[in-house]
Amino acid sequence: MFSFNPDRSQYPDVGPDGKLEVDLETGKYLKLWHGPNHPGITGNMSVEITVDGDEVVEGKTHVGYLHRGFEKLMERRTFIQVFPIVCRVCVPEPDFNEYCYAAAVEELAGIEVPEQAQWIRTLILEMGRFNSYMMAMGGIAGALGSGVIGQWMTYVRDLMLDRFEEMTGARIYHMFILPGGVRAGLPEGFAGRMEEVLRTAEKYLADVDKVLFTNAVFKKRTKGVGYIDPALFEPYGVTGPNARAGGVAKDLRKDAPYLVYDQLDFEVVTETASDIWARAMVRRRDIDVSISLIRQILAKMPTEGPVMTALPNVLHWKIPRGETYIKGESSRGEYGYYLVTDGSGYPRRVNVRGPSYTHAMALLEHLIPGTNISDIAALMVSLHTYPPEIER
Amino acid sequence: MGFRDVLSPFTAWKHVIDTPVTIKNPIGREAAERYRGFHQNDVDKCIGCGSCEDICQNAAIDMVAFAEPKPGDSGLRPNIDYGRCCWCALCVDVCMTGSLTMSNEYTWVDSDPDAFRFTPGVDAKPWDDIEKGYQRAGERMLTGLARPEMVEMAPEARADNFDEIVAGYSREQAVLEADRCVECGLCVATCPAHMDIPDYIAAIREGDYDLGTQILYETNPFSEVCGRVCTHKCETVCAAAHEGEPIAIRWLKRHIIDNVSEERRLEIVGTPQVASSGRKVAVIGAGPAGLTTAYDLARSGHKVVVYEAKDQPGGMTRYGIPEYRLPYDALDRDINVIKAQGVEIKTGVRIGNDIALDKLKAENDAVVLAIGLHLGRSTRVPGSDGAGVEAAIDLLARVTAGEAVPVPEKVAVIGGGNVAMDIARTMGRLQMQKYGKVGVTVTALEDFDHFLADKEEVKESFEEQIEILDGRGPQEVVRFKSGKQKGMVKGLKTWKVVSIFDRDGRFAPQYDEGDEVVHEAEMVIEAIGQMADVSLLGAELTEALEWNRGRIAVDAEGRTSEAWLWAGGDAVRGPDVIHAVADGHRIAASVNVALMAGKEAGA
Repeated sequence: MFSFNPDRSQYPDVGPDGKLEVDLETGKYLKLWHGPNHPGITGNMSVEITVDGDEVVEGKTHVGYLHRGFEKLMERRTFIQVFPIVCRVCVPEPDFNEYCYAAAVEELAGIEVPEQAQWIRTLILEMGRFNSYMMAMGGIAGALGSGVIGQWMTYVRDLMLDRFEEMTGARIYHMFILPGGVRAGLPEGFAGRMEEVLRTAEKYLADVDKVLFTNAVFKKRTKGVGYIDPALFEPYGVTGPNARAGGVAKDLRKDAPYLVYDQLDFEVVTETASDIWARAMVRRRDIDVSISLIRQILAKMPTEGPVMTALPNVLHWKIPRGETYIKGESSRGEYGYYLVTDGSGYPRRVNVRGPSYTHAMALLEHLIPGTNISDIAALMVSLHTYPPEIER
Repeated sequence: MGFRDVLSPFTAWKHVIDTPVTIKNPIGREAAERYRGFHQNDVDKCIGCGSCEDICQNAAIDMVAFAEPKPGDSGLRPNIDYGRCCWCALCVDVCMTGSLTMSNEYTWVDSDPDAFRFTPGVDAKPWDDIEKGYQRAGERMLTGLARPEMVEMAPEARADNFDEIVAGYSREQAVLEADRCVECGLCVATCPAHMDIPDYIAAIREGDYDLGTQILYETNPFSEVCGRVCTHKCETVCAAAHEGEPIAIRWLKRHIIDNVSEERRLEIVGTPQVASSGRKVAVIGAGPAGLTTAYDLARSGHKVVVYEAKDQPGGMTRYGIPEYRLPYDALDRDINVIKAQGVEIKTGVRIGNDIALDKLKAENDAVVLAIGLHLGRSTRVPGSDGAGVEAAIDLLARVTAGEAVPVPEKVAVIGGGNVAMDIARTMGRLQMQKYGKVGVTVTALEDFDHFLADKEEVKESFEEQIEILDGRGPQEVVRFKSGKQKGMVKGLKTWKVVSIFDRDGRFAPQYDEGDEVVHEAEMVIEAIGQMADVSLLGAELTEALEWNRGRIAVDAEGRTSEAWLWAGGDAVRGPDVIHAVADGHRIAASVNVALMAGKEAGA
């Protein structure tokens, strides 16, 4: 199950009877590269699949197209200099990197974060989750041929990026959650403009419900397809919507509340079928949770007081020896930063735990055999993985 | 699954009449108010400290020469390579002056790749005047703003004694303060002795006081003195001063030296490690300039004898600075290290009286004149001749020497410099001891905004019940015209100052004669400046030497017009300890070159 054979000349494996399990010489099997440049693949990774007619008998996942060595770069940066790097670890939902890194540094350096900053951080994370789900919705629809939903979702996401831009000063890499707090408070009139975006989003999501989730083709192609046995969740480290679609109510926002989630009212969304449909549905319903959370935050958050704690001189900031793991519930599951410090001015080790690492590699490889080649793209997208966070 | 699942997807068609959502045109769209676009730099405000360059994790910023630097700036400005910039704006956040900001402009097209590397504020760009864009919300948060408060004796506790007022930083305070330094080095360039300030501040952060002491002694054998009474020019240019308080460089220097025992200091500094040169140098005057010269020359292997007219070495640091600012044992520790280098100090020897200058010239390979400014200047206003009018510098010296000085109940001081404060506070203490109350009035020409004395001196003087009147010019020392006290000082008459300098910047005070006050006093102390006592030179040498406005003229190395004679210190540069130290180094280097050149030539 966990075998890894880097020597591709020895592939395919030899079966128990001493014969090749998949003998390409027979002409019965065909090997195909699905990705890295394929519209149905999420980002820069590929799956090497062996097909027998339409049926996929085996798949090997390949990553490494996007390795930028971020974790190593961080070891050569001062603690403040790591801040602009971390968001780049995950392009579509960068804010979790900023939050986890900042929180890890704050814990080890003993820095208090002002109340208002905690609320703004929560707001940013929910806005990021919203955007990430927009991409997931568009992706799953697109993988099954319904391109228009991708366009709608991209439009809605763009409106949310406008809100990011006016709040943080940037659209994609916000670089807003500094260790110690956030860079600024909310702009004047922000809540009103956010409400407009949320209303537009709800309008389009209602259309998505009609066009995608009340759709014979979509149902036919997703129900019962790509089933993940909940027994696999533990050994494969499945978290987030992928696990919640299998009836496991795992959500760090509830299980280990961070920031101000304990002051917000929401339910953990679950489905039971654990197939592509269930995973898409969990995400669809979780968008509603995010929208509700954004509204709650804007209604409840304090608007007075500092948003940033003065830091020691960051140009020679040394953090005492220690280690910590900070985790949060990203749109894909448990996202975490493991930070080790050695008393110097540089992180000794930073390890990023992205949920895509387990979902897109081992789990996908396990799920592929027996699927139809036309379902591969939907299967991949239903796991909602972002290769940048696999390859830090 | 039902019929609805077949029909429902067709509702997507209702959007067919909508305006396409994909036609949003990014070109020409104005970015948000906080958008992090191309940089702007107010180059006149920028001091070129390079903190932006330090913090940039992409090495996108390079400090390059700037054509019109102002005094106290590095002469550099940030040049930004937009091929590397990631628009994180940490440079804006860390900017010490707040000069660096970002516009909200994000589009710019040019076919020349090199055009994307430029110096904001110097190379004119279309977005230079855009007001929108990212800037820090408030004060800088990435480097500390305020210095830890120094523990000082309360005014009531110090008013009647000469105990040291300033307690010095604790380890915790010093580390906090040292942490604020951004290591720009503007201070190094400004310090007359070019002390390696960022390096010794770093040594404090590391807790390595031995290293700190070593760094101090590389440039200054009077670190304990300077750690207490330096005029800290460095702090005036400190990058941290722009939005907060400057780094307490002087107190940090003191913190290092306070944490190293005298024995350990001697071990760290060591003794001369070179063979004796066989050359002899006489230094006249055991103040900071003379002793620094002696220290350097002794460490270069020369035999140095320092001649001091007073009973104790130290010069103005001992006889001019009151003990509450610079305790004598602190001065002694600095001098002991200098003595340990083999420097011989002959005190109580007045050259010109006890030994002729010619004799020194004949017996030595070089003579260094570092005689200081020990004669007080007089205002020469009517009544200033005669009993009851004293020179501040003379009184201070007598207090140090332990001589009895007259302490009347009411004293008026003329002058607004540090010496005026010193004598006012010294007299205040003596009055407190004698009468239990202070009666000192200081009258200064300058107004408080242009005061010559350090702000903290003025503040502490006020705390000690000294009356300070600004903008008042002395007109007459009023004396009793009749009666038992006939001829004795009755008070000081002053007029209100209208202006001090004329249009050409020359000293020509104008007064409002209508605003006349007579400050009641039994003694008037003049603290308006000092001059050197050059009588030791003798008529012949005085004639032979070149002079510059009443001071001996010297070149950049401290050489006088006579080949055997060097001169430096307060007598040449004007009063300042750290300038004197710097002068000492310069003179020693020059003397050393002269002596060693002769040696190589076989002379």
